[in-house]
Amino acid sequence: MIPAPFDYVRPSSLEEAVSALADAGEDAKVLSGGQSLLPLLRLRLAYPSVLVDIGRLPELRGIRDEDGHVLIGAATTHDEVLRSPIVHAECPLVALATATVADPAVRHRGTFGGSLAHGDPAGDLPAVAVALDMEFVVHSPSGERVVAARDFFLDYLETALGPGEVLAAVRVPKLGEGWGFHYEKFHRTAQAWATVGVAAAVRVSGGAGGGPRRVEEARVALTNMGPTPVRATQVEAACAGVELNGSATGYAAATPNGAGPGAGLDTRNGCGPGGGHSALREASAAAAEGTSPPADLHGSPEYRRHLARVLTHRALLSATTPA
Amino acid sequence: MTEELDAGLVGRQIAESGMLGEPAPDRHEVGAARRRKEDARLVTGRTHWTDNHQLPGMLHVAFLRSPMAHARIVSVDTSAARGLPGVVAAFSGHDLAAEQGGLPCAWPVTEDIVLPEHPPMAVDMVRYPGEAVACVVATDRYRAADALEAIEIDYEPLPAVLDMTAALREDSAKVHEAGNRAYTWKYAEGDIDAAFRDAPVLIERTYVQQRLIPSAMEPRAVVAQSEGDHFTLYSATQIPHILRIMLAQVTGIPEHRLRVVAPDVGGGFGSKLQVTAEEVLVLLLARRLGKPVKWTESRSEGNLTVHHGRDQLQRVALAADADGRLRGLRVDLLADMGAYLMLVTPGIPILGAFMYNGIYKMDAYDFTCTGVFTTKMPTDAYRGAGRPEATFAIERLMDELAAELSLDPIEVRRRNWITHEEFPYTTIAGLTYDSGNYEAATEKALALFGYDKLRAEQSDRRDRRDPVQLGIGVSTYTEMCGLAPSRVLGSLSYGAGGWEHASVRMLPTGKVEVITGVSPHGQGHETAWSQIVADALGVPFEDISVLHGDTAISHKGMDTYGSRSLAVGGIAVVRACDKVKEKARHIAAHLLEASADDIEFDGGTFRVRGTDSGRTIQEVALAAFAAHDLPEGVEASLDSDATFDPENFSYPHGTHLCAVEVDTETGATKIRSYVAVDDIGKVVNPLIVAGQVHGGLAQGIAQALYEEAVYDAEGNLLTTTMADYLLPSAADLPEFVTDRTETPATSNPLGVKGVGEAGTIASTPAVVNAIVDALRPYGVHDVPMPCTPERIWRAVQGATS
Ligand SMILES: Cc1cc2nc3c(=O)[nH]c(=O)nc-3n(C[C@H](O)[C@H](O)[C@H](O)COP(=O)(O)OP(=O)(O)OC[C@H]3O[C@@H](n4cnc5c(N)ncnc54)[C@H](O)[C@@H]3O)c2cc1C
Repeated sequence: MIPAPFDYVRPSSLEEAVSALADAGEDAKVLSGGQSLLPLLRLRLAYPSVLVDIGRLPELRGIRDEDGHVLIGAATTHDEVLRSPIVHAECPLVALATATVADPAVRHRGTFGGSLAHGDPAGDLPAVAVALDMEFVVHSPSGERVVAARDFFLDYLETALGPGEVLAAVRVPKLGEGWGFHYEKFHRTAQAWATVGVAAAVRVSGGAGGGPRRVEEARVALTNMGPTPVRATQVEAACAGVELNGSATGYAAATPNGAGPGAGLDTRNGCGPGGGHSALREASAAAAEGTSPPADLHGSPEYRRHLARVLTHRALLSATTPA
Repeated sequence: MTEELDAGLVGRQIAESGMLGEPAPDRHEVGAARRRKEDARLVTGRTHWTDNHQLPGMLHVAFLRSPMAHARIVSVDTSAARGLPGVVAAFSGHDLAAEQGGLPCAWPVTEDIVLPEHPPMAVDMVRYPGEAVACVVATDRYRAADALEAIEIDYEPLPAVLDMTAALREDSAKVHEAGNRAYTWKYAEGDIDAAFRDAPVLIERTYVQQRLIPSAMEPRAVVAQSEGDHFTLYSATQIPHILRIMLAQVTGIPEHRLRVVAPDVGGGFGSKLQVTAEEVLVLLLARRLGKPVKWTESRSEGNLTVHHGRDQLQRVALAADADGRLRGLRVDLLADMGAYLMLVTPGIPILGAFMYNGIYKMDAYDFTCTGVFTTKMPTDAYRGAGRPEATFAIERLMDELAAELSLDPIEVRRRNWITHEEFPYTTIAGLTYDSGNYEAATEKALALFGYDKLRAEQSDRRDRRDPVQLGIGVSTYTEMCGLAPSRVLGSLSYGAGGWEHASVRMLPTGKVEVITGVSPHGQGHETAWSQIVADALGVPFEDISVLHGDTAISHKGMDTYGSRSLAVGGIAVVRACDKVKEKARHIAAHLLEASADDIEFDGGTFRVRGTDSGRTIQEVALAAFAAHDLPEGVEASLDSDATFDPENFSYPHGTHLCAVEVDTETGATKIRSYVAVDDIGKVVNPLIVAGQVHGGLAQGIAQALYEEAVYDAEGNLLTTTMADYLLPSAADLPEFVTDRTETPATSNPLGVKGVGEAGTIASTPAVVNAIVDALRPYGVHDVPMPCTPERIWRAVQGATS
């Protein structure tokens, strides 16, 4: 558990960071919160020559409400994200997913940008990024470029970030009125990574005197169902136009023990098999299409495909439940 | 009164300075929920753990560990490592072969047991992944770790031996020349054939006790130092005394020149009841290099090489009458020894042999256990050690019997358990349970749990075909602990006795030092022993300090494991206090010019019966110290030693009830409520008891739901980090409802039984019984442990499709 030797630099500006990286060459690595990188070093699964620590750069930290989007600095910690009123008001899905990341200790160190730059499909934020079509602001010696979420995640632990590039900030588009959100994470213990996760954003029209409630648009993305986060496009298509009959409420948040002591598995009223939203259940049946989930100690691919369907249904139900 | 006391100048100064202690106020310490004395330093870490010892000139060793499960070592080249900066030495197994000896096994359970040579560092063969094959000693641990990468080893891979059943076949690859069967041990009582012949009910099952990795908060650490021809070894161990004898035997360092210290130790759960390869090697390196040497394991190194627990295949059969009355029980066990027999490896499943009958009466019992070698880390004691496995099997079987007969699981137990009037009761396994009241504990548990209400909810959910089903699990356990009677241990071929030792010494100022032979590593002995001594001697709790864990201070002891500390070591303390009191009574009589027969002792003061005239025990201590005026033939000390060797084990018991919600769509489980009513006899400190029960429950629940050491088909351990080897945290566990009933043990004067393992032993079957109970309508009658969501989902799929 002792890393191989490496050099360490702590630049005092983004510009310095970019040039330090350029100087250090291919084997240099950006260090942000270190919650993913340091374990790799300690297990000697990575041998960087230099770590360029951007974790304390003021210009990479903070959350701003800008026109049409929320700008989150890459080195903003998960904990800061969770405490941001802007995030809760303008992009609640980010808060919902971040709240499920690890534990308070990790959330105080780990960063928003680090979670995305790491490109781990088991992380909770990549799926949110693709569901919300976030934009990645990337700096390199040749200047700034912006990468769309769908082009950012290339493979397992591989992103569009080239050597020498630093993720400076992420723009989270504001979706406007009528949207409901949910992040459904299935994990075995409170601190564990997602076996499977589902991020859902659904726009519903009608209700409260305005006629039947109808799904206008749905965005669904899956965590840990392949080497990158996956948009469940078939589910999204199948959801569009679904009428949400009756006063049905959300369903069976089948949280494992990790969800905290006290309450039981929550079967929020009567949406058992065949009940209320069978159309959403049907739409969810396609959730695992086109995925290639991993096999590991927490689940086989077959089980993960099954979970993706069940959890997608639950995420859609919760996202369409009026607050 | 002190003016009257002729204790000389020093004595008068002591008395006048206020240093002399005073009797305790009139209160009972035993039974009080005292906060633990030791916690401030343990919780803040401001204390001596082995790893924070810094000795002048200290070197650090790192071990290169085999990446293979089974291989011949063709060559080891350490020359490049030796040339690296900061590196002092590097050794292969060959370099150490002449002096390293073999690791001991102190429990050869049968005459014909195969006891393979166990070199601390592999010489020609590796037999499990993680086995040490070379080491680097450097000026700091970072350089040592870096230099490991420069060692070249050439292995010739051999087939891994992983499955016990396959390992016993003729054509299996062999872990050792002598074959893969280590031993077969049998026990039989009653006419088993008659019990099974024409039995109206027969339940046959196979249960797998998965392999577990003990995960103490403090990793193992060792520091060794030589001073001339004397050696000191600091180790995060549970067993400093046993370790000293064993290290003397292995290394040839004479016992009197070897001091072993267990400083504060952060948990063990059996994993530090061992003589480890690293302890031997660090000591040898310190001897060879003439400098202090330190080693502290990393967590992933620990997962590979701390001895593992459980890993048994249980084939069990239960014969019963149509009314559920038990006729006979057959147990055929395969126990995975791993690659070698370590300190008590072979004996662990044998401890279980006496527990498969649980709290029940039956006509016949037949037990066979075969120990099997595999290319895995050796197994050995882990919290409960043999008893959790046995309890799991019988408690699962009782639930299966209930289901088979459509009886309530409580009712089936009631029809078979030993009733409270029947104690002492000699069981079919040959133990004599001295006391207990299973009816009382069960009644209390049922009431706290709200059993009938939960059963009603269960049937409602079944009727509604709720995707979230409710299951109720019962576990009415007992266990044998307080290891214990030396005569019994001898009859089981155990390598030593089970007595315990204590010294109590009164200091001149009336304060007390207690030296205990048990070796706490988180249990709170300093507090509990202080409570015992406070009541026995009438001195304040605060005036007592408890010393332990250093063979130079605590010169005799059998250490801590098997829930023995209080029931054996605590009683030795009581006995030593009795002797101190008796000495003090004679001195007091002399000072008071009365006959010793007329002296009574109460509340810390010796008084002449029927008068006001008296001396506090502190005054007597001071007088003994001054020794100016002692009775003829009385030594100038108020110290005493005592050794206690009980006649019997202690038998805690209890009833645990667990309600689990099971999401049949995902396989997720959630423990809704958990009630533990334990009978551990008299209680010295209810807070410490609650702590032991809570931690024990967490560990037992962890076996049911989370933990499993997994080796892949090549024999690599996959669960080397905590991301893969899942441990529950507080967030994953329910609030526990704990309560007690009290039937005092008859085998010791305090009436206490052990509580260290009870929670672990009871809880695993309670949880699995609950999960299976939830799924019975789906035709499920077992889920293998750990009951992961996927396994539960598959069980539902398999049964419904
Ligand atoms: C015990 C534990 C449990 C966890 N559980 C979860 C969980 O349940 N869900 C979850 O989503 N995450 C989990 N995490 C990971 C956590 O969210 C991390 O914060 C995150 O993965 C990485 O963020 P970081 O700031 O620590 O990045 P680092 O570890 O510093 O870096 C990670 C990688 O990203 C690169 N990088 C970081 N920042 C930048 C940048 N600005 N520009 C370019 N490259 C960059 C680094 O070079 C490195 O390759 C867990 C971590 C731990 C230790």
